[in-house]
Amino acid sequence: MADMASTHGAAVVIVGGGVTGLSTGWWLARAGVDVLVLEKGIVGWEASGRNGGGATHVYSPFGLEEQRLWPQMDELLGYPTEYQPYRIGVALSEAQLALARRWAEIGETRGFRWQLLDRRQLKELVPIVGDNAIGGTYLHFGGHANPQRTVQAYAWALQDHGGRILQHTTVTGLSQRGGRVTAVETTRGAFSADVVVIAAGPQTGAFAEMLGVWLPLAPARVEMIATEPIPLMHVGGVAGNGLYGRQTLRGNLVYGGGPHEWINVPDMATPEHANTPLVRNLARRLAELLPGAAHVRLIRSWSGLVENTPDGLPVVERLAQPENVVIATMSSVGFGLSPAVGRAVSELVRHDRCQFADLGALALGRFGDTPRDWRERAGWTASSSAVEAASAGDD
Amino acid sequence: MRETDPRSIAGKLPAPDRHVPLVVVGAGAAGVAAAIEAARAGVEVVLIDEHPVDNDMMAMDVPLCFGQRMDGSVRNRALMLERVVETNPELASAHEAGVDVQLGTYVWGAFVNGPAVQELPVPMLGLADDRRSWLLGYDRLIIATGARDVLLGFPGWERAGTLGAGGATALLTRYRALAARRLVVLGSGALGLHTAEVALEHGVEVAGVVEVGPQVRGDSATAKTLATRGVPFFTSHTIKAARGRTGEIESVVIVGVDRDGTPIAGSEREIACDAVCWAIGMVPNVELLHLVGARLRFVSSLGGFVPDVDARMGTSVPTVFAAGDCVGFHDAVLGDPEIARAQGRLAGRIAAESLGARVEVGAGRGVPATQTATAEVHTYWRAWLDSLIAAGGWDVNICQCEEVTRRELVETKPPRYLKWQSPQMSARTVTTLLRDGPLNQDQIKRLTRAGMGPCQSRRCREQVGLLLAQAAGTTIDRIPLPTFRPPIRPLPLNVLWPADEPAAMREEWVSWFGIPTQFSPHWTAGMAIDEPTAHARLIMSDE
Repeated sequence: MADMASTHGAAVVIVGGGVTGLSTGWWLARAGVDVLVLEKGIVGWEASGRNGGGATHVYSPFGLEEQRLWPQMDELLGYPTEYQPYRIGVALSEAQLALARRWAEIGETRGFRWQLLDRRQLKELVPIVGDNAIGGTYLHFGGHANPQRTVQAYAWALQDHGGRILQHTTVTGLSQRGGRVTAVETTRGAFSADVVVIAAGPQTGAFAEMLGVWLPLAPARVEMIATEPIPLMHVGGVAGNGLYGRQTLRGNLVYGGGPHEWINVPDMATPEHANTPLVRNLARRLAELLPGAAHVRLIRSWSGLVENTPDGLPVVERLAQPENVVIATMSSVGFGLSPAVGRAVSELVRHDRCQFADLGALALGRFGDTPRDWRERAGWTASSSAVEAASAGDD
Repeated sequence: MRETDPRSIAGKLPAPDRHVPLVVVGAGAAGVAAAIEAARAGVEVVLIDEHPVDNDMMAMDVPLCFGQRMDGSVRNRALMLERVVETNPELASAHEAGVDVQLGTYVWGAFVNGPAVQELPVPMLGLADDRRSWLLGYDRLIIATGARDVLLGFPGWERAGTLGAGGATALLTRYRALAARRLVVLGSGALGLHTAEVALEHGVEVAGVVEVGPQVRGDSATAKTLATRGVPFFTSHTIKAARGRTGEIESVVIVGVDRDGTPIAGSEREIACDAVCWAIGMVPNVELLHLVGARLRFVSSLGGFVPDVDARMGTSVPTVFAAGDCVGFHDAVLGDPEIARAQGRLAGRIAAESLGARVEVGAGRGVPATQTATAEVHTYWRAWLDSLIAAGGWDVNICQCEEVTRRELVETKPPRYLKWQSPQMSARTVTTLLRDGPLNQDQIKRLTRAGMGPCQSRRCREQVGLLLAQAAGTTIDRIPLPTFRPPIRPLPLNVLWPADEPAAMREEWVSWFGIPTQFSPHWTAGMAIDEPTAHARLIMSDE
């Protein structure tokens, strides 16, 4: 295996088999580029495959392309993503209605249609909302897909176009020579590369650091719950009351939201997933949102690890130095935008620039003055008891 | 000085509703013995058991496979509570010893701090009855959760009347509520013979014991006694189908098989019965052990994944002990409950000592029997599965909840309700997935949905594992254990929800992080980044 690895490389090596890396790899492979994705575990195993599946991010520079691409993705990939259009926002208070309207109005600015729903209209569309709902919004844009199915679809479609994926392969270093990254070192040998894409989620910052590039990222753990299936609603994309999520095409209600936990991720290892009693609070929020489903059984919960930049916005940039590296972290909002982001990154790889969106606002330069202790300043750190425990362990 | 992100979970996870030094989960032989031992040493002990399980839970085959063969009396909670107490006299001893016994109580979660969770004030269990849920903190935990049924699918097994040995025995002996008169038992090992005996003792006719192998596997004297009481034995047979005009089993068709499990043409035989019971083995219940982070390993002779326990019943987690069938299920422990009791007593004593209690070691207290089982159960289960495939084909559901067939599993087909077809998809199977790395059961669950239903894969986990191992050309021990997540019992939202929440939980609740600039339109000034300290203030400000 090591022999094979040492003699093989690819025109483009992608570090990270999450949704951003896989979409990028797929766009490159379908353009005929020789691409290799290196993944430390299984494709889409972290937040990429375990999120709410929302595809409604019209505020983003990638938003219009996201909206254009999603309805075509099943056909383009050749595998099902379970993409479903439209979103309904349920409001239980004036503040929630104002928030839902704001999302709708951002869409309207971009030329999309939406309707304000009174309680009666809302109940017609979503019969299991309760009398506690005051109204809502019906977005005739946006949508959602099944993250697990979608990440696998990207991976398979990438392979169908001749791209390669190596799972269970951990990247340990980046060889540099002459101002370029020449090879990606892994637990299965080194892979030479003309261009390297780093899309490693919470670990992206550590790889950037290997290249002398400062990319402030804070990892956090978030939780979701899933119920047993109930009859399908007209629109599965029903959310509100501080929850994101959807009804799946099987009928399960799958929702997340609420407080996150900032954590430390030492040594590029991804800690074992774990849930907390927060699942009860999520259950309560969901039963408030959809009282007609309050009796429905919760059958699963899970957690995922996501990363955030200080402003919560992505970094998608081809570095000036080393010039053959593209960095892509979506700052915890990567799944829905993935069709567009993959395309953007593939264009950065092939043409040095994104041809359909202005990525200026997502450049790394904005963190030039961000101090190294920004996480402590913002309170975006693991709990103090954990920090104490960790330092005690160092002694 | 550390700032706090008000939108983070810091400080919001509640303290448990109650905290006790020692919690014992499971009131079987091991659990009760552990609780009594610790209580006699002066330790405050809560002993929790989910029986009597309510009717709706039973209908989902949770925690055992009851096969819809509960009679109407299980809806009478008071009566069931009475019966569960009456049929487990050791519970009274526990009560007398001062143990706080909580019956009809589900343990649906265990929450402990670890690399990804550091905000829990103490380790705690999530508990619930049929009305509400609560949290119980502990210093020490003894897990004595027993074992669950192993089922394999055959045409018609979705009909009411397909049980597991554990479910059937519980309905016969603990609930006295089995709604079946004529039972066919699948498997002739100690478990199968035991199940047949219990059925006869309770006035249920045993219409046959079916064994895929050429000989009765269990004790020959026991088999002989059963035969003299009129129980027919069908060795070198497998089950081909269960039949019935409605959703109920009215008969089963069995067929003779040759040495490699191939059905012999013309050897079919129809047996009238209203229930068929899988009794080929049981699997240790390791869900809670997994949730507390105890190290598990695969030992086929003990039933599959079992906790690593030391000679003092300690798991790899210093505060957690395990005893009884959840440590390993095999013929010896089925035949002699004293083994589980001895394990329980030892766990109770060590747990009590670790809490500072002084324990007098009584005379005659045996050290638990070491796990001497040697029979590889998975080879036997494989023989059954092979015969079922040979007799019933590949288009038989293995997952009842999600209606996934054997074929759909090994071809990694998307679920039927997607009505998806593409040449690319048709070319993908478990075999193509194998090229990317070792099989992962969780990955295949997500693609096919096998094991994703309300029974939480209790009816299909072993067959999925066996089929994947076969498709991968490997053995089941090489297929990683699928993960368990709370709730490990399917409970309604309005039971699990907390009656009240910390004010901060409600007031600071946001759907996603609450970073003001995260969802600002990129064409507005919201995109502009201030210098960092100002930005830190921005993060802290309200939306």
